[in-house]
Amino acid sequence: MKRSKWLETGVGAFVLAGFLGLVFLGLQVSGLAPGQAEQNFTVHANFSNIGGLKERSRVTMAGVTVGRITDIELDPQWLEGRITMKIDSDVGEKLSEDSTASILTAGLLGEKYIGLSTGGAPEMIKDGGTIRDTQSALVLEELIQQFVSNMSK
Amino acid sequence: MSPLTSLGQKTLDALESLGRSAIFLAQALCHLPRAEGVRLWLRQMYFVGVMSLPIVAVSGLFIGMVIALQGYLVLSGFGADEALGQMVALSLLRELAPVVTALLFAGRAGSALTAEIGLMKATEQLSSMEMIGVDPLRRVISPRLWAGFVSMPILTVFFSVIGIAGGYLVGVDWLGVDQGSFWGNMQSSVVFMDDVMNGMLKSVVFGVVVTWIAVFQGYDLVPTSEGISRATTRTVVFGSLAVLGLDFILTALMFGEF
Repeated sequence: MKRSKWLETGVGAFVLAGFLGLVFLGLQVSGLAPGQAEQNFTVHANFSNIGGLKERSRVTMAGVTVGRITDIELDPQWLEGRITMKIDSDVGEKLSEDSTASILTAGLLGEKYIGLSTGGAPEMIKDGGTIRDTQSALVLEELIQQFVSNMSK
Repeated sequence: MSPLTSLGQKTLDALESLGRSAIFLAQALCHLPRAEGVRLWLRQMYFVGVMSLPIVAVSGLFIGMVIALQGYLVLSGFGADEALGQMVALSLLRELAPVVTALLFAGRAGSALTAEIGLMKATEQLSSMEMIGVDPLRRVISPRLWAGFVSMPILTVFFSVIGIAGGYLVGVDWLGVDQGSFWGNMQSSVVFMDDVMNGMLKSVVFGVVVTWIAVFQGYDLVPTSEGISRATTRTVVFGSLAVLGLDFILTALMFGEF
């Protein structure tokens, strides 16, 4: 009987530790933060070139991550990349109507992310609104092309 | 016997044993563990799952460490050693943890299951059970199958966690990759539902297949000492080949873009 108890405890610890391991994989490895549920302020933005932005890319403000990109599609009317992002609602409420969104790069070749900065207009962007003032991704090939064609003049 | 006849005979034998094993699995799984069955299942969980822990932990640690080391050597050539965490986590979660755990499981637990059940059959314990009215499928087979099904995903989680810890040990503590970018890049690239859960799904499939092969080989063998040794070898060989083949198919279904 005593041995059976020990065995049952061993199996219990095994299953429990497996569950804790899965929680570790969720929280620490995939970065599923429990606080992410608060990121429910939706903003859209159109870019003429999204250049390597992906779903789940970061949205930052002053370098601090405040949200994620949830959807990327082609706007059929303007033939531009239309991005949907979800950001912290307390940050979203402070975005003015003339806020800007620009696509930035971490390092020279690193991942692309969106940097938001707020403007000075008194009207605020509503939940589900669109940021008008955007700056597209800096595409290295285009820069080199411009540089070469300027050199050859 | 002409070669054609022997080819036909082998094919029919293989098909027949495939059919027998399917019927066997269906019969054994129909017996869900009852009150007494739970005790038997716990006992098998201990032998199949808990006792496999040391080998899984040690292998996970070393594989995580060697991926970090190899990855660092390649990535630092591009100045991209910040992506080390991402590489360690993705290769472990998607491929190495389910596959290597299943291979170790076939070698350690699978061969033991085959030999144990095979010896029970050779010493006619299984037929004596039938004689006294105890169903060997319920008493012997079913708890072992369920123990294998449940412990395989748990062992895979252990493998991933310990492997990532090993990668951290080598990458951050030894080679000096920045701790923040190690975790940060990992978190921004690993998607829980895609990467972690697909790895878990793989390990569930591998657990079913490997345990099924092991238990069936034990139940179906020729009850001699040579039969037991052949069946044990077949468990490891068939189990490993099935895992590697299924891994490709599952990967193509899960991550292939079509």
